[in-house]
Amino acid sequence: MAERDKTFVDRIWDFFASVKLAVVLFSLIALTSIVGTVIEQNAPPEKNIIVLKRLLGERLAPEAYRVLDSLGFMDMYHSWWFVTLLVLFAMNLIVCSLERLPRIWRLATEPIKPLNPDKPPSFPIRKEITLKADPETLRKALISALKKTGFRPMNSPMQKGGFQLYAQKGNWSRLGVYITHLSIIIIMVGAVIGIFFGFNGFLNLPEGRSSDVAYSRKDSRPHQLGFTIRCDDFDVEFYGMSDMPKDYRSWLTVFKDGKEVMRKMIEVNEPLRYGGYTFYQASYGMLSTGGGYFIFRVRGPDGKTETVTKIMGESFVIPGTKIKGTIKKFSPALAVSQDGRTYTYTEMMNNPAVYIEFTEKGKPKYSGWILKRYPKTWRLPDGSMVQFIDYWGVQYTGLQVRKDPGVWIVYLGCIVMGIGLYMAFFMSHRKIWLIVSEAKDGSLVRVFATANKNRPAFERKIETMVSNLTEEV
Amino acid sequence: MDSSTLFGIATIGYILAMVSYIVYLAFRNRTVGIIATTVTVVSFIAHTGAFFMRWYEGYVMGLRSLWHPPISNLYESIIFFIWCLILGYLIIEIKYKNRSFGAFVTPIAGLALAFIEMTGMSKEIEPLVPALQSNWLLAHVTMSFISYSLFGLSFATAIMYLIEKTEKKTEPAYIFWSVSLGVLIVLLIAMSLDYLEFHVAATSSENIKNYLFRATFKSPNPTVALLSWIASFAIIATVWATGGYLKKIVSAFNVTPELLDELTYKTVAIGFPIFTLGGLIFGAIWADQAWGVYWSWDPKETWSLITWFVYAFFLHARLMRGWRGKRAAIVSVIGFVAVVFTYLGVNLLLSGLHSYGSLS
Repeated sequence: MAERDKTFVDRIWDFFASVKLAVVLFSLIALTSIVGTVIEQNAPPEKNIIVLKRLLGERLAPEAYRVLDSLGFMDMYHSWWFVTLLVLFAMNLIVCSLERLPRIWRLATEPIKPLNPDKPPSFPIRKEITLKADPETLRKALISALKKTGFRPMNSPMQKGGFQLYAQKGNWSRLGVYITHLSIIIIMVGAVIGIFFGFNGFLNLPEGRSSDVAYSRKDSRPHQLGFTIRCDDFDVEFYGMSDMPKDYRSWLTVFKDGKEVMRKMIEVNEPLRYGGYTFYQASYGMLSTGGGYFIFRVRGPDGKTETVTKIMGESFVIPGTKIKGTIKKFSPALAVSQDGRTYTYTEMMNNPAVYIEFTEKGKPKYSGWILKRYPKTWRLPDGSMVQFIDYWGVQYTGLQVRKDPGVWIVYLGCIVMGIGLYMAFFMSHRKIWLIVSEAKDGSLVRVFATANKNRPAFERKIETMVSNLTEEV
Repeated sequence: MDSSTLFGIATIGYILAMVSYIVYLAFRNRTVGIIATTVTVVSFIAHTGAFFMRWYEGYVMGLRSLWHPPISNLYESIIFFIWCLILGYLIIEIKYKNRSFGAFVTPIAGLALAFIEMTGMSKEIEPLVPALQSNWLLAHVTMSFISYSLFGLSFATAIMYLIEKTEKKTEPAYIFWSVSLGVLIVLLIAMSLDYLEFHVAATSSENIKNYLFRATFKSPNPTVALLSWIASFAIIATVWATGGYLKKIVSAFNVTPELLDELTYKTVAIGFPIFTLGGLIFGAIWADQAWGVYWSWDPKETWSLITWFVYAFFLHARLMRGWRGKRAAIVSVIGFVAVVFTYLGVNLLLSGLHSYGSLS
């Protein structure tokens, strides 16, 4: 079709089918993406003005910020023009693939045909060997040799005292590129579904509290979950005696219509999934209100043990004695300074400690700090033990709450991409023909072969096959 | 013996190997060649031993589970990168029976080792922060670094190709490789000067941001800063002017440009699917498991996507448009620049979720 006879639709089709457009889009997406890694996205303006001041100087920075902001660079990956680039990219990918698919489909599905034995076309791989056996007796050996090399050969009937064996494999690998392209589209579809039908939010849940809503990340508006989730406990585990966190854990329970339906401990890499929502361990913190419960396991001198739960200022009695302990003070992170004074070094529960005064019949006996992380401090002089288990109800767990009906499509796309890439890069379409004809004292075997990728490897395989054959016959 | 002693042996070995390969290149003496290969193999064995020993040490110290190999901070990842690079090189040396690449690949390993020493990054076996305690660590990080190493090899062959194939000094391809090499040399000198000037090594990524190039370009003394810029241009110009010597050296190799071109493509063709699967897809799945977002346009993610686009460009240009030779080699060099930025630049200069890759 001449250029001017083309309809409008044809022109659009041609525009999207060009590799040139693909190359331009690759470059544009890559180059503009760089800007978004230098300018911090969705950050407070001051932060980026400082960056711009460093790059452009005091005077230009505010103006530059205004221009960049109006172009959407402060949230550029969601700006209209970046999304347009991605949409163009997807269209280009689809049209390019559709344009080339029929030809490749033919190459992949076409059955292999025998060659004209008198005038075989030229092939990149050719070999000739003479074997001391007549063609018919050779047939079996050749078939098994081909099978050993991984082919299932087709047989041609005898013709002028000779015959042909021919086979192909890996013909489907030609589709690898298209499967990879398809996977990108699948992933994009999954992402779009996630954007339109998903929910991305958070929930800060104090120990012992429950909630039937989560809050949107976008506008902090409450979002009905359709069930209730309760935080039973939250805990940070540390490496040895250090302050390096080893694990953040929340014990959660899910209630549906007032009935308990699920109970699970979550960690950073181990979320809870229920009702289409996933709850991730994202952060934690202390409540400013205080007023939690101290939990101790108390063992008397005679070995009798009981668990007690008390609030600040309350007392408990050590079993089997008349010694009474009263909770006086609490520190979330106790440390001792060089001159022996105690102080709190952080507001987080890094080293919780409780100060208890023990009295017997109203007379002070002993008093001191009991630390959750230091079992040595649990022992009392008279042989009894007060283990500080937890100060419960003062921490909250920060949960990332997400519902993404598209994520499974994204995962599917990832699997498809793995398959497509494997086919496209590590498999090749190989064809082989063996033309056997009568020769003076035996048969002449002519080998013709081709591979669309990694030809040397195929050639080596054929050489091995040929040398094995020569030895066998 | 502990892992750090073995690492020390491997480090010295690699530096000796680098010297031997360069001597071999200059004199083409067979004995020197055999020595170079032997030293590399022995260092590689020591390196492998050290890697597994460090893995075991982390486990015994109770800091990591057996599922968590020592590839979780910048130091460990560079060591692992060198391991992959040397392994890839040895495979090429054996398969193509050619030692000449050694003189180009071992310096990359040497530079990486020098980078560790110069920045004085922490070599301690550190406990894993909760986000890293995932079985995806093994797959994501190993596959990323295997692909980085393959891209590194592709970069080495591409640069060799460009040096060998360019004729005139005014040719864009010649200018491209001489300026790239010049910039690399300038950066290395500037970083060495930082190190000499401040002695104290950087202890955190914040710290290196503050002192990077303070001895040169960002010096508080404007004269020094100006001189640094002048010196940089002088160095780049010298590389440009004297590139002919490099060409003579490279031409003395018994490597045909066709083989270099082939290797540049092959390493990318193997590296690209591994990078896509291990770097991008496994990374996304892991992020989804740990944070509930499979893609958040964080700088590290974005830069690996940029890298992916550059190599996708390389493959499409080559397979669909028949780009070969110089043009393909230039794209491969750009691709590796993106790799280095994804790997180091993001951690040193930008911020993001992947902050455990920093120097501290």
